[in-house]
Amino acid sequence: MENATDWVFKALADASRRKLLDRLHTDNGQTLGRLCEGLKMTRQAVSKHLAVLEAANLVTTVKVGREKIHYLNPAPIGEIYHRWIGKYERRRVEAMNDLKNRLEDEDEQT
Amino acid sequence: MSKPEFVYVTYIATTPEKVWAALTQGEFTKKYWYGRRIESDWTVGSAVRFFDRDTQDLTDSGVVLECDPPRHLVYSFRCEFLPEARAQGYSRVSFTIESHEGMVKLTLVHDQLPTEQAAADFREGWSPILSSLKTFLETGKPLPQLQSMEEKGRQ
Repeated sequence: MENATDWVFKALADASRRKLLDRLHTDNGQTLGRLCEGLKMTRQAVSKHLAVLEAANLVTTVKVGREKIHYLNPAPIGEIYHRWIGKYERRRVEAMNDLKNRLEDEDEQT
Repeated sequence: MSKPEFVYVTYIATTPEKVWAALTQGEFTKKYWYGRRIESDWTVGSAVRFFDRDTQDLTDSGVVLECDPPRHLVYSFRCEFLPEARAQGYSRVSFTIESHEGMVKLTLVHDQLPTEQAAADFREGWSPILSSLKTFLETGKPLPQLQSMEEKGRQ
């Protein structure tokens, strides 16, 4: 039987859906219309991907007036992180991640 | 209505009453919330205060804005122990507790945040607190990481 974690990994196993999460990560709280801007996907495709992300609890929506606003919900990824990254690894993982980001930024500048 | 800046939804295998107790009683919050003990009489207009479990210093404060146990809890929130954060003033924290297929759906909305930086700081702060709350309610133990972060804070 599928559980909540299966849904998360299935939802993440798609580049278009990861792209939508990236956009929400950069600018959290967007309407469907705004999320579609500049994407090569149709509005229907975006809407379908959002439904998969919402079913996995990776995206949550809040109604503000007549608008439905989409938010990146950090809970499932946080729970995966806390499940496998323990007390002692945590600082090393973050240090290595910072190092990787810094080195890659330097590459981009040169 | 303003657009909320931070929304967090988690499903916890427990009851709404237990989530409510974990959010409103200091003996529980000190176990999963960076060792902070919450204190309030939970009537609208009353103060909400967080104290460090060990030093008893005031860490955060606010006022109860809405209280409907065990469903809805809203309070204003200001960090008291970091001068720069304190200077940014009050934001608003809302918890909604719903039953969902034998589990509890807990939604946290943190809004009225003064700056993007404050939103980013709170985002980083909430994620371990809420993961720890979930683990605490499901297993009776908080996340070990949170204890180590507290210790780190005290050094």
